[in-house]
Amino acid sequence: MARIEVPMPQMGESIAEGTVSQWLKQLGDKVERDEPILEISTDKVDAEIPSPSDGTLVEIAVQEGETVEVGTVVAYIDTEGGPAAVAEPTVESEVDATPEVPQEPETESVEVALEASDGHISAEERLRTRSTPVVRKIAEEHGVNIQDVSGTGHAGRVTKQDILDFIEHAVPSSGSAQPVPVPVPTSSDVSSPLPAVREPSAAPSDLWTTFYREVQHPEFPVRSADTVEPMDKIRRLTAEHMVIAKRVAPHVHSFIEIDFSAIDFIRAESKERWASQGARVSYTAFVAWAVSRVLREFPTVNSTISGNNIIYRGNVNLGMAVDLNPGLIVPVVHDADHLGLVGIGNKIVDLATRARDRKLVPDEIQGATFTITNPGVLGTLVGLPVIPKGTAAILGTGAIEKRVVVVTDPDTGTDSMAIRKKSLFSMGYDHRIVDGADAARFLARLKETLETFPNDA
Amino acid sequence: MTDTRDLSVLSPGRVHYAEGLKLQADLVKKRRAGDIDDTLVMLEHPHVITLGSSSDNAHVLVDDEERARKGIDLHKVGRGGDVTYHGPGQLVVYPILDLKPHRRDLHRYMRDLETVLIGTAADYGIEAERDEAGTGVWTKAGKLAAIGIRVSSGWITSHGIALNVDTELRYFDTIVPCGIPNRAVTSLERELGFTPPLSEVSDTIVRNFCRVFGHRSPTGDSTTP
Repeated sequence: MARIEVPMPQMGESIAEGTVSQWLKQLGDKVERDEPILEISTDKVDAEIPSPSDGTLVEIAVQEGETVEVGTVVAYIDTEGGPAAVAEPTVESEVDATPEVPQEPETESVEVALEASDGHISAEERLRTRSTPVVRKIAEEHGVNIQDVSGTGHAGRVTKQDILDFIEHAVPSSGSAQPVPVPVPTSSDVSSPLPAVREPSAAPSDLWTTFYREVQHPEFPVRSADTVEPMDKIRRLTAEHMVIAKRVAPHVHSFIEIDFSAIDFIRAESKERWASQGARVSYTAFVAWAVSRVLREFPTVNSTISGNNIIYRGNVNLGMAVDLNPGLIVPVVHDADHLGLVGIGNKIVDLATRARDRKLVPDEIQGATFTITNPGVLGTLVGLPVIPKGTAAILGTGAIEKRVVVVTDPDTGTDSMAIRKKSLFSMGYDHRIVDGADAARFLARLKETLETFPNDA
Repeated sequence: MTDTRDLSVLSPGRVHYAEGLKLQADLVKKRRAGDIDDTLVMLEHPHVITLGSSSDNAHVLVDDEERARKGIDLHKVGRGGDVTYHGPGQLVVYPILDLKPHRRDLHRYMRDLETVLIGTAADYGIEAERDEAGTGVWTKAGKLAAIGIRVSSGWITSHGIALNVDTELRYFDTIVPCGIPNRAVTSLERELGFTPPLSEVSDTIVRNFCRVFGHRSPTGDSTTP
């Protein structure tokens, strides 16, 4: 059971309060999501306010005729959650359930959470239950808890063969079935084909999406020497996206420096072989390969905040920013973690070429879970990129240049100077979901992967 | 991002207030479901006093007996605002709009409605303006148009505007309009010295509405300049 708050909504940018004019529902009444439960009046307007979720009206905090500030809780709704949705009362779920007190009138009445369904599952558990929809379907059909199956796939993932083997060798039904781990009830949600939130997910409501209002650009006077053109579609969409992305996510950037020696070595070795295969493997392809593998180990970095939930993406889809000159577009390499180095390299070239020829299909510019951009290609040392909305992070790669570095002799401990190819990487991340330490760990692992790049990627 | 929408215009003529409420409720449902486009309902009501959600009974200055004698109906309504009067010669406009996704700001909506009215007055050479103190549109002589709206769940609007064309202004003496005492009322007829045809005023409002709200002009209407 969850108590959901119904706040006095903000019905306009400069509207700071509202008056409850009539309760349409009484205490104890059952309400449905989006069903009007009260009417408010502000100035010359009467507005119906819908319920944020299914449930029962259990408390009325503001009476008819009372005027309160936007954001003030006017009522509480008790949701009827299924048992699986009742998260253990961890600190996390309490934190999720408390709305931010609005700082200014605009950042107001966010609907309150349903608890994040798996807020307290550790990263390892989440990882182990990750599997493809096919595998999860098989698991569900046979009543198998994926957590019970040992995975031989990448990073412990349960593959189709793994689950089929398990089913074949397991004693049927309740006999040997591990007791469903009661302390972690929501894991069974994660193993189902649908995303883990069993409760009606707190999808952004109308009230919340009020915050993502149409972007209005200020106008400026035109001078006689100026030329004025309307923005073309790509520019307009980019402009709006950037404003919204920056408005929503608190941006933090962390840097790390990568030594490209190992990669250079592989490039030199493979050059002829790749040329004969027609393979085109850029530095960016190496980075994309490494990022796709490391992201599997850091689900938080491959996630997004959605309403009051976190969506941990099951795929690793890399958005690769492409300069259209003029303009910018971000085609997506879907399931990059299933492609080898050469596969990624060729895919990137294909997407970039077709991007410049305006030949991408809609699927190819949607669905990114993480983005890579390369301001360094033209010599920029490092960038602080904008996090594309709907994702938690973006990696900006800086120019790869020869630098003088200090190397320590492992045997004698003596320091000397050497010349290495280095690049500064900057990761922009959404501090609502990715903390500084998470980002630091991700970057450290990425650095390690790139600097010890495998021969058989 | 703006999308250009179609606008429908319904002109049911002179309609009892209660019928108008039913019509609006029906249109709101249909608009919410996406079965109809944004719609402007333009009509007249027989004499009626309506009380909005912020109304004070003290602002109705006639008792029920006198009201009945004068032939004035009375309704309490779920729209914003205090008390107002509707009657023959007053053009009532109910925009039934979906304010999603780009117009979810009620103050902005009301200001836009005021702009429509100010533009309409200007087309007749009348200088009208909004007033910080109260929603509505005023000339130096008094209040020309009143506004009181309702937003139903899903940001669907109803109720709206009342513009005095050649309203018998003495009927306003039965109330304290919008709860604001000592403000006079005026009409297009009072300002111009003649009464423009109601259909022409309607067209002018529709034209200004499309201009302010960005709708495509309804086809087949006579929005001739």
